[in-house]
Amino acid sequence: MNENILIQLSILNIILPLFGFVLLIFFGKRLPKSHLFEISTIFVGLVSSSIVSFFKLNYFEDKLIVFDFRWIDFGNVPFFGNLGINIGIQLDNVSVIMQLTVFIVSFVVHLFSIKYMEGDPRYSRYFAYLGLFTFSMLGIVLTHNFLMMYIFWELVGLSSYLLIGFWFEKKSASDAAKKAFIVNRIGDVGFFLGILILYANYHTFTFSEIFGQIAQGNLPFNSGAWLTAAGILIFCGAIGKSAQFPLHVWLPDAMEGPTPVSALIHAATMVAAGVYLVARIFVMLTADAMLVIASIGAITAFISATIAITQTDIKRVLAYSTVSQLGYMIMSLGVGSYFFAFLHLITHAFFKAGLFLGSGSVIHAMHHEQDIRFMGGLRKKLPITYYTFLIYTLAIAGIPFTSGFLSKDGILGGTLAFAKLTGYWFFPVVGFFVAMLTAFYMFRLVILTFHGEARDIHKFEHAHESPATMLIPLISLAVLSVFIFFSPNPFNIEAGWFYKWIETPKTIVPQELAFSFMINESNTSHNIIHSELYTETLHHSHSTAMILSLIMAGLGILFAFVIYQWRLISADKLSIKLQPLYNFSYNKWYFDELYSKTAVAFTLGLSNFLAWFDQKVIDGIVNGTATITRWTSFSSGKFDNRVVDGLVNWTAYVTGFFGMVFRKFQTGKVQTYLVMVLTGIIILFFIFKSL
Amino acid sequence: MTVGLNHFLALSAVLFSLGIYAVLTRKNAIQVLMGIELILNSANINFIAFAHYGNFGLTGQVISLFVIILAAAEAAIALAIVLNIYKQYSTVNVDEIDGLKE
Amino acid sequence: MSGIPYLTLVTFLPILGMIIVLLIKSEKIQLIRITAAIVTFLQIVIAALMWSKFNFSAAGINDQSSFQFVEKVRWIEIKNLADWIGTVKIDYFLGVDGLSMPMVLLTALISFLGVLASWNISKGIKGYFALYLLLDTGMMGSFVALDFFLFYVFWELMLLPMYFLIGIWGGPRKEYAAIKFFIYTLFGSVFMLLVMLGLYFSTYEILPDGSKVYTFNMLQMMNPVNYSKEGLLSPFNPNNLRFIAYIFLFIGFAIKVPMFPFHTWLPDAHVEAPTPISVILAGILLKLGTYGMMRISFPIFPEITNQLAYWIAVFGMINIVYGALCAMAQKDFKSLIAYSSISHMGYVLLGMASLTTQGMMGALFQMFNHGTITAMLFMIVGVIYDRAHTRGVNDFGGLALQMPVYTGITTVAFFASLGLPGLSGFISEAFVFLGAFSNETIRILAIISTLGILLTAAYMLWTMQRIYFGKLNPRWENLPDVNKLELAALSPLAVVVILFGIYPSPMLNLMNTSVNKLVEIVVNGQVTFSNLSALIK
Repeated sequence: MNENILIQLSILNIILPLFGFVLLIFFGKRLPKSHLFEISTIFVGLVSSSIVSFFKLNYFEDKLIVFDFRWIDFGNVPFFGNLGINIGIQLDNVSVIMQLTVFIVSFVVHLFSIKYMEGDPRYSRYFAYLGLFTFSMLGIVLTHNFLMMYIFWELVGLSSYLLIGFWFEKKSASDAAKKAFIVNRIGDVGFFLGILILYANYHTFTFSEIFGQIAQGNLPFNSGAWLTAAGILIFCGAIGKSAQFPLHVWLPDAMEGPTPVSALIHAATMVAAGVYLVARIFVMLTADAMLVIASIGAITAFISATIAITQTDIKRVLAYSTVSQLGYMIMSLGVGSYFFAFLHLITHAFFKAGLFLGSGSVIHAMHHEQDIRFMGGLRKKLPITYYTFLIYTLAIAGIPFTSGFLSKDGILGGTLAFAKLTGYWFFPVVGFFVAMLTAFYMFRLVILTFHGEARDIHKFEHAHESPATMLIPLISLAVLSVFIFFSPNPFNIEAGWFYKWIETPKTIVPQELAFSFMINESNTSHNIIHSELYTETLHHSHSTAMILSLIMAGLGILFAFVIYQWRLISADKLSIKLQPLYNFSYNKWYFDELYSKTAVAFTLGLSNFLAWFDQKVIDGIVNGTATITRWTSFSSGKFDNRVVDGLVNWTAYVTGFFGMVFRKFQTGKVQTYLVMVLTGIIILFFIFKSL
Repeated sequence: MTVGLNHFLALSAVLFSLGIYAVLTRKNAIQVLMGIELILNSANINFIAFAHYGNFGLTGQVISLFVIILAAAEAAIALAIVLNIYKQYSTVNVDEIDGLKE
Repeated sequence: MSGIPYLTLVTFLPILGMIIVLLIKSEKIQLIRITAAIVTFLQIVIAALMWSKFNFSAAGINDQSSFQFVEKVRWIEIKNLADWIGTVKIDYFLGVDGLSMPMVLLTALISFLGVLASWNISKGIKGYFALYLLLDTGMMGSFVALDFFLFYVFWELMLLPMYFLIGIWGGPRKEYAAIKFFIYTLFGSVFMLLVMLGLYFSTYEILPDGSKVYTFNMLQMMNPVNYSKEGLLSPFNPNNLRFIAYIFLFIGFAIKVPMFPFHTWLPDAHVEAPTPISVILAGILLKLGTYGMMRISFPIFPEITNQLAYWIAVFGMINIVYGALCAMAQKDFKSLIAYSSISHMGYVLLGMASLTTQGMMGALFQMFNHGTITAMLFMIVGVIYDRAHTRGVNDFGGLALQMPVYTGITTVAFFASLGLPGLSGFISEAFVFLGAFSNETIRILAIISTLGILLTAAYMLWTMQRIYFGKLNPRWENLPDVNKLELAALSPLAVVVILFGIYPSPMLNLMNTSVNKLVEIVVNGQVTFSNLSALIK
């Protein structure tokens, strides 16, 4: 097993889902059971990516395996020499783990969809799109350059568009698809501009080459401000894809897509891409850029958690919880704890996929009822769904012995250490508060859905446990949400292999632009990239964070039980008492209304105005010119007719007049003529006589 | 009172005037022709008179003879024309014969 | 020059086809159509042959020896016409380089597919195809002519058939649209004619016998050495006439592009023109404007190009953003696409104005891509208009259920148009931005222009939603999906769009040597041309 084989397998992994997509698009309707073919490509990919991960992580642990080729050649560019664009893939520990995660989640989602989507008229198309989605995400994960990242980034946008709008007959679905694509594009424009800054300076897209240049002190346009700008602009892409404030509005609407799609989008493919991107550019982030990123992450986590506590649609609660968890990851990257952000990305991928598939199972059982106010008591009807769902909920709430505990605790510890070193206490405060909210709304969801009495008896009667193809994914994801897969010690991730593999990369920005704790002067041992002070502070914060986060999670769970299980406090009364706050939260802080009244209305108004302007003013000038020309020609025609031609006619008239006069003399009578001759002679006589 | 050159010339002038008058005023083509004859004869008288009183030899008489012959020929042709005109127009009234107008 | 005269063949083959069409009895409709299809297909074959024989490392631009498939014959020669004119000498001078070769390929491809799209033209078929083929010759000739006079002849040759094709086979307001198109374009040509004559009387060519004559040869005009000292448009001349001439020439080309504010003929012409003529108009004709700038304005007036590049970019930016915003407000599917054309041609202007290899290459590639993508979009409009006899965007809905294949192709075209990576439009737009952003003076314009990406996505998806998504309007329950012929016209374009989106190198390698040379000429030209006038002062 050498490097080349790993590369070839990875390329195969990327192409396999695409192949499935192409096959299903063209022959999906003609081939019987064509979806099985697509699923098998994903399965092959799963196996092969496991092989790749295994060998990469065990035998080429510290090696960056790169494959690239010249995609576009600019030839001998004047003043620059030979330029071109290389594309390719790179295998490092991060990318192989992410690749495996994508395949795992994608495979379980495929498996789950077999039954869930049964009977849909566009069954094969659905699987085709899933394949395209997986393909796009793999491109993002494995690429070694910004251009390809952007390309697949947009392809993810396309696949999400197709899948969110899969039931395009519904206006809400096609609206949501459109919204998702356009909102993502806003972020993408920023991402693209960020790439442009880098390309304009380094004439390459490849990560390693760009980072190499920056590491040599070769800053974009020789200024640290531009480096910060590049970092923030590229981060804009992540704001869009990972649904960060202020572009988070598309994600809850994206629930219009089929539920397994939500699982895919929210867990491993789309939203993860943003976090992954920030992780990729982590090394070139300046202190200012990191602060911006951390703030955006914290604000997002807070806003969406506050919204999630009042939502009644099971998928929307989960959607806002995703936004909130993504905010955590982004914040974590912003405060410099790269490792925990990535860990949370992976652990979250599994338990969030599980949550969505679990909700899919519930929705399937309830015949497409999504409102939790009409559920309740489903624990008896759907035992397996319930217990797996509970495991995921514990994980997302950060309860020990789950994977979520390890990662969330790490993130909170990271913010605490950051605050201690830099004085930004905002981040840990928000972090812990959100941890409580998370525990609260997740248990609220569990209690309202599975506990208590059935509120809609009719639907409850007909509810039934999902078939095996839907339960196997749920169980396997639940298993993956247990600590053991990440670390043998449920309270310390540093004991695990994950910690060994994922190494926080060393920042390359010049010292004066970076946080001082990010720079390790001594450069002694593995995985100690940060300064020793930071490492020490992190260790100290770790136990504090663990205790604090447990307290917060416990509080959240307690509140949930007090209000919804034991009903010691009435939820309705509470909501009436806090009416303005409740409404504010229930209406999602009025973001949609704000945007549609401002940005959307402005754009549409401007476009209508310009269309009017174009037709009336610009074209009016053109037509006006034509009219003036016509008028001029008309008047000059009149002049020609009256004056110029008049003169000619007048001459003729005068001639005619004289003709009229003189014709009188011509009588035809010889005698008259003779008289004239005689008269003439007489006149002549007198004339000549006088001479 | 002797008859001198002036008397002949006066006679000739009267005859000429009468001839012109006839040519210009008569309606009948024959009368017009007669007028022409008068004019010719007035010319003849002039020739003879100058021949007699002048020193020109026989030239005057000879020319007169020519004129008489010409007048005869002319009368013949003119009458033929008048006849043809009559055939064409059924009239010899020169006022009605205005074909030259066309 | 040796062997087969490829360029003459590829240019005049349609004329031959026209003659054949004219000889066929007008009742034999099918025969006429097939003749036109065969002729245009042969054009593709020849163009493809040329592509296969093309030397990718020859630059062309201002050097006759590195042009390919050159044909140069004395065409018109009048000895000592008048004292002040001297000997008039016009060459039949054809040749291609990396700038024109992609356009030749595009013209051949679109012309053939246009014939397929013309299959259901029902009125005056003989006249239609005769004019169509004449138009084809005009376009092809403009792309391969290297003598300014010849270029002008071909340029004008396109006008007349276009006028009749819109004016006779067009929609309800066809007369208005045809006359507007004709007069507007003619207005531009007059400016061009002036500049052409000005250049003619300023440049000399030295004949083999040593005598000097005025010349229409574009390549000679690109070399300052060939200018006479007292020539009107000579760089030696200290007057500013070259500046004015450049603006004149630019207006002539800008009308064709069409550039804001000279663009209003385009929506009218498109809306009224029959589908295949819209395809030709958007697919090929518009490219002549930007091609003319790259082929003529830039290398002949490099110093002024440098001076005015900023303003070209400004207009490019206006085109992008303004066109997109106007497109968003359109209610007619076809005029929406027409405005999107304006927006997309803005990228070409922006890319050219960057004066960088990436930008120019992006511009040239965008010309090709816009040709294929917009051709597709207009055919798509044609398909729906043929069936429903309406083009109102709001009249439809839910067509995705009724016409799945059609919707699939539309999706490809729409996403290509909004610059989705993996489809060809992305590559060219990305290059344009790479170039524009690298040029410091127009960086801010590039940043504003990125709004165009966003707006294009918005109106394209909105249109998509209004026409194809939602519940099926019962009025359209009987619309059949695309037929084989329409599929035959649309799918080659889809293939090209996808192919060049994934692997654009075959096309880009065709261009890069020439584009690099052009950039070098323009950027260095600032020095050479400006120094000359300084020397004189």
